[in-house]
Amino acid sequence: MFPAAFEYVRAHSAEEALSLLAQHGSDARILAGGQSLIPAMRYRLARPTVLVDIGPLKELKYLRDDGPGGFLRVGAMTADMTLERDKHVRARYSLLTDTSDVVADPVVRCVGTVVGSLCHNDPSGDWGAAALAARAVMVVRGKDGEREIPIDEWLVDSFQTALQEGEMAVEVRFPTPDARTQGAYQKIERKVGDYATAAAAVQLTVDEAGRVTHAGVALTAAGPRPVRVDAAERILVGQTLSENLIRAASDEARAISEPFADTRGGVDYKKDMARVLVARGLRKAAGRLNLDLGASA
Amino acid sequence: MTTAEPTDTAETTHRITLKINGRAYKQDVEPRKMLAYAIRDTGLRGTHVGCDSSSCGCCVVVLDGDTPVKSCTMFAVQAEGREITTVEGLGAPGALHPLQQAFWDQHGLQCGYCTPGMLMTSYAMLQHHTDPTDQEVREFLGGNLCRCTGYNNIVKAVQQAAQALRDDQAGKLDTLAAAATGGSQ
Repeated sequence: MFPAAFEYVRAHSAEEALSLLAQHGSDARILAGGQSLIPAMRYRLARPTVLVDIGPLKELKYLRDDGPGGFLRVGAMTADMTLERDKHVRARYSLLTDTSDVVADPVVRCVGTVVGSLCHNDPSGDWGAAALAARAVMVVRGKDGEREIPIDEWLVDSFQTALQEGEMAVEVRFPTPDARTQGAYQKIERKVGDYATAAAAVQLTVDEAGRVTHAGVALTAAGPRPVRVDAAERILVGQTLSENLIRAASDEARAISEPFADTRGGVDYKKDMARVLVARGLRKAAGRLNLDLGASA
Repeated sequence: MTTAEPTDTAETTHRITLKINGRAYKQDVEPRKMLAYAIRDTGLRGTHVGCDSSSCGCCVVVLDGDTPVKSCTMFAVQAEGREITTVEGLGAPGALHPLQQAFWDQHGLQCGYCTPGMLMTSYAMLQHHTDPTDQEVREFLGGNLCRCTGYNNIVKAVQQAAQALRDDQAGKLDTLAAAATGGSQ
């Protein structure tokens, strides 16, 4: 089906994109990779009256790592495939690598963008949970300059973000992990390219004794928005990872999960899978940290 | 006249130039016209529309030499200024691209409807990955569906083409090296 009619304008700079947004008001939308927005328009789930195409903006196409204490900065026009193919990202960012490997299918990943996915905020999209577990920060630009928004505040509700009228997202920042930080993304899907039946993102930082100092646990497709499992994180922090601890933390994921039944599965099944996937993710992250889970395993 | 739904009102058309396989095609398009349809309207019918909803990959074309895109999920206006390669740009009867030759040799098709998309996705993959494993070929082609399930021969074909392209590249390099050192062969 063809989308509803709209006007198309091409931005030649981020500044021009902002002035076009200001000129066209609340019905204007930014078009980046379009891999979520265009299908939504074709199904008439989205009906923007004006699309501001930032596709040509090379200034928003970048992947930069500040190094220790800083951020991996992903520009608004940077495609998933750019992360996937980046050797540095593959070596250091296990959670992001796991995630970019399973978003949609490779052809879609060549065009679709990380920032665009976070702007779309589909609760079944993979980047939301990954960004929550990694404690990402969104950077948006408006007429008064830039502001930084922690990902927890950014992901407001289904298909809703903290983006204000006249603003555009220009970057997502992921804290640069140190050598004692590893993560994992675990996903169940019916076929390549499908939305998650259930998925979980985890990231752990441990001290020299192997005690967890930071934990990120989040779920995809487990409610109206990607959800962080605070209770699981609290259980993990300060402890040494063990099978018992993994069981306790993943039980919290099951408890907080509020999936809806669809062709991918029923509520109980999906809640169970949230538990199973968090446990698998924690084991995988532990393996990447060379942690011994003890005799109880 | 009754009030029409805003969806069906006339909209601005854009005069665009699509650069397809090295040739320029001018077209007046509504912004909502998909690239797949704009390409087919030039008379190049190798680009197939299968599912029309980003799922099947029959409509894949290559942008700027190495980026595959599902042309049913891109507006034609977005493609202005980009280099588009369609299956017609790969080769011609009698002068097949190594990928086309390999699909022929390995019978990497059954009904053939998915073949243009399979070829274009494979072409894009081989620009970045010259020596893929079978598993990597399968993964990269994950967004291209073959309704006849002819996948095994498709994987064989892509591997044959990858080998042919590597040999070709090596051959060219040998020739260049020979030329550089004044060799005669």
